[in-house]
Amino acid sequence: MSEKKNVLLVEHLTMQFGGVVALNDLSLHVDEGEIVALIGPNGAGKTTAFNCITGVYAPTNGKIDFQGDTIAEGHPTGRMKKQYAGENKDTYTKTISHTPDEITKRGIARTFQNIRLFGSQTVFDNVLVAKHMRAKQNPFTATFMLNHREEKRMRDETWQLLEEQNLQNYADWEASALPYGMQRRLEIARALATGPSMLCLDEPAAGMNPQETDELASFIEEIRDRYHLTILLIEHHMNLVMNISDRIYCIDFGRLISKGSPDAVASDPKVIEAYLGVQQED
Amino acid sequence: MSASYFLQQLLNGLSLGGAYALIAIGYTMVYGILRMINFAHGDVFMMAGYFMIYSMAVFPWFISLPFVIVCTIVLGIAIERAAYRPLRTAPRMSVMISAIGVSYLLENLANYLFTAMPQSYPQIPALKHVYTFGDISVSRVTILAPVLTVILTVVLVMVVNHTKLGMAMRACSKDQETARIMGIKVDSIITITFAIGCGLAAVGSILYFTDRNTVQPYSGSLPGLKCFVAAVIGGIGNIPGAVIGGFIVGICQIAITAAGYSVFSDAFTFVLLLIILLIRPTGLFGEKATQKV
Amino acid sequence: MKKKKVKTRNLVLTLIVLALVIAYLAFLQANSMQHSYAITIVERSCIYAVAAVSMNLIIGFTGQFSLGTAGFMCIGAYVTGILTIPVDMRDQIYYLYGMAPWLHDVHLPLGVALIIAFALCAGIAYLIGWPILRLKSDYLAIATLGFSEIVRAVFGWDGLGPITNASYGVSNIPAFTSIFECVAICAVCIVIMGLLIHSSYGRAFKAIRDDDVAAEAMGINLFRTKELSFVISSAFAGVAGGLLAVFMRSAVTSTFTVALTYNILLMVVLGGIGSVSGSIIGAFLVTGSQEWLRFLDKEYYWSDLFKNLAGTAFGGMKVPLLRNGFRMVIFSILLMVVVLFWNHGITGSKEVTWDRFAAFFAGRKRKKTAQEAKK
Repeated sequence: MSEKKNVLLVEHLTMQFGGVVALNDLSLHVDEGEIVALIGPNGAGKTTAFNCITGVYAPTNGKIDFQGDTIAEGHPTGRMKKQYAGENKDTYTKTISHTPDEITKRGIARTFQNIRLFGSQTVFDNVLVAKHMRAKQNPFTATFMLNHREEKRMRDETWQLLEEQNLQNYADWEASALPYGMQRRLEIARALATGPSMLCLDEPAAGMNPQETDELASFIEEIRDRYHLTILLIEHHMNLVMNISDRIYCIDFGRLISKGSPDAVASDPKVIEAYLGVQQED
Repeated sequence: MSASYFLQQLLNGLSLGGAYALIAIGYTMVYGILRMINFAHGDVFMMAGYFMIYSMAVFPWFISLPFVIVCTIVLGIAIERAAYRPLRTAPRMSVMISAIGVSYLLENLANYLFTAMPQSYPQIPALKHVYTFGDISVSRVTILAPVLTVILTVVLVMVVNHTKLGMAMRACSKDQETARIMGIKVDSIITITFAIGCGLAAVGSILYFTDRNTVQPYSGSLPGLKCFVAAVIGGIGNIPGAVIGGFIVGICQIAITAAGYSVFSDAFTFVLLLIILLIRPTGLFGEKATQKV
Repeated sequence: MKKKKVKTRNLVLTLIVLALVIAYLAFLQANSMQHSYAITIVERSCIYAVAAVSMNLIIGFTGQFSLGTAGFMCIGAYVTGILTIPVDMRDQIYYLYGMAPWLHDVHLPLGVALIIAFALCAGIAYLIGWPILRLKSDYLAIATLGFSEIVRAVFGWDGLGPITNASYGVSNIPAFTSIFECVAICAVCIVIMGLLIHSSYGRAFKAIRDDDVAAEAMGINLFRTKELSFVISSAFAGVAGGLLAVFMRSAVTSTFTVALTYNILLMVVLGGIGSVSGSIIGAFLVTGSQEWLRFLDKEYYWSDLFKNLAGTAFGGMKVPLLRNGFRMVIFSILLMVVVLFWNHGITGSKEVTWDRFAAFFAGRKRKKTAQEAKK
């Protein structure tokens, strides 16, 4: 075992909507500085897993630890007790849940599958908003500009980030006017502005051509090294995943079907079976 | 409080509740399909009252009734065409403001055309016939209202659940885009929904105003809001829920008035709304919707 | 270098406009007898501007469709009224219920009364915001409308007669000492809301408006941020209500109906949702034109308008359409037209700035030169 610190630990995560089990008994872990990919065909439950980790959904059953603290834990209650179709029914007893903003504050930042920028605002403001959470201020000081030093720091840091991401020339643009690839980049920049220790990317290469995808691969590695990040990503593009991930988890119909190094997963017959259709499309 | 007094008030409550229920159906159906509060619905109901006054001046009552219903339906469809259809793709807030605009327009128009003075509602002898049982005296409309409401609701639920039209309506309320792809004419379904809603509101208005005797330009706004509350209490989008909500609101209002707190009878409806939203945000019979990210 | 120049230009222009406004107000004040009508319009417009900006804060900047403005204005009006009417007139006003003894001798200057109105509205907004701000936007609209009605019912209730004088309302509230008092208070309120919108919190409001899921993922606490916006908005609506009470010299529940909320909504929509300057322009425009268009409510004969028609048969006919209520019909049609065909309003969601003026004129010039070049 390496002495790398464990950052994210997901245990027996199950998410059930009514009668539909979207995610069944998923366990995974991500260590510090790793790039881990979560793959699987459409509708396999990847985004659901993300939403559980980032606090959008409270898990039906299972536990999620981040940097040693439990950020979510759940067990079937009420009506769900009868309906529950997942496993490990009685393992967990506590109910812990946090809203997405609390999770972000703890250091998990995310991007979205269908880009969600603040379309009517400028690129600069899009990034600046993400600094709001960690600013030392209250409504009174902010209104009467008693926090001008803090405000200046936020603006300077935002500029720096935009320069690092090569977005400084677009600072005054409306976010919705940016070309698609740039919007993806801006979304990542905005996530970085929250000062995360772990970054969750939901299909960052969606809609990109092969060249852009290659650029994205090096970009992801670059930001990992520059900001000392741990990265968990969901992806369809096998090229991207094979290139950059340290480890891969593959899920299908909500269940983990394979895990390990990229080569091992790629040659796993179960993965090939699950992916057959998708690979041909690519 | 004597038993007969209690029974009398209960009947009044049921009658009022029946009228509310019919209006609430309009709210719930429109919300189900368009996801908007049709703020103008209460004013459509008020306009139906004025239609009745003017048509009774010309026609006998048995022609007036269908005539008023048809006029109200035409008004509702016209509102949908003019004020809501152009905003199909606009943000939700624009649609809501447009609905408020229509409501404001109808109230001011009624104020302009018919003056702010309350006008007396025509009496239909067939509805006003009074029965007396011991201490209790009830008019025919008081008994007719809840019965008619229940019958119309059952018919409507049958239509929604067992006909092709109903299937199309349910499809539109689930997902308009997909419904369109499946070959459903979404716009005409929406028109039909408005037509049904307004037709029921016209019936509701006849039941409501016959008991209350006067119509004025603002007599639609508050009942309108109350009926929306009724729809929310029942679980918005759910037709039987709206009916039950309507009865609850009607009976509560009569109960509070009978208890001597008539100042608060309007306010109580909204207190009821706050309580329901706190305990069960989806209403009594509403389904829980999961947010998509 | 160039930027600095533009900045000084803007500053100079702003100061000039400010000086002109103050000069105009001073002129009105000095000749208050002849210009009392103009003074009432300016004061009323300023007060509505505060209400419109406060409504814009929650609707236009935070994207939460709250329609409780009239309710909070009602609370503010009563609080300000009750605290400022002269003590020796109180027995006369409350002759029916007799004023509550603990309140009878409490008399405060206008500023303090307004601050109390502000605080009380903020507190009430905080309490009711707790359940209803967790709801989707449309429920919020109904719940706040309902709240307005509850407020009206409570203030009109006989049981509270010793405090609110029930349905008779409070009257004989001392008027503004000068037009400056009213305008200055309004300006302070609007500037404070403008600063809040301009601050980091304002950016958080806009983030929630544009995309609440993304805003939450950026670490913005949805509930607390919405609550902040709602509380501030409601509190300033309360102040606007207080000012309105002083302006009208009375506070009666029948003023604060849903129609008042709709009227303010018209100002916000006409001016531009999500623009402070738009709301101010909207408030002045709507208030001003509602005064100027009063003739629409009167019945006229053609001979009243054209003197040479007097005596002819045509002159004896009524001018069609003009009748009591026609003015409001025009305004409701205006609201519909703006929503349907011109949903950006006058300013759109951006503020009116000197740079925008400059760009507007520069753009015109450029168009002109381009046209000339074509010729």
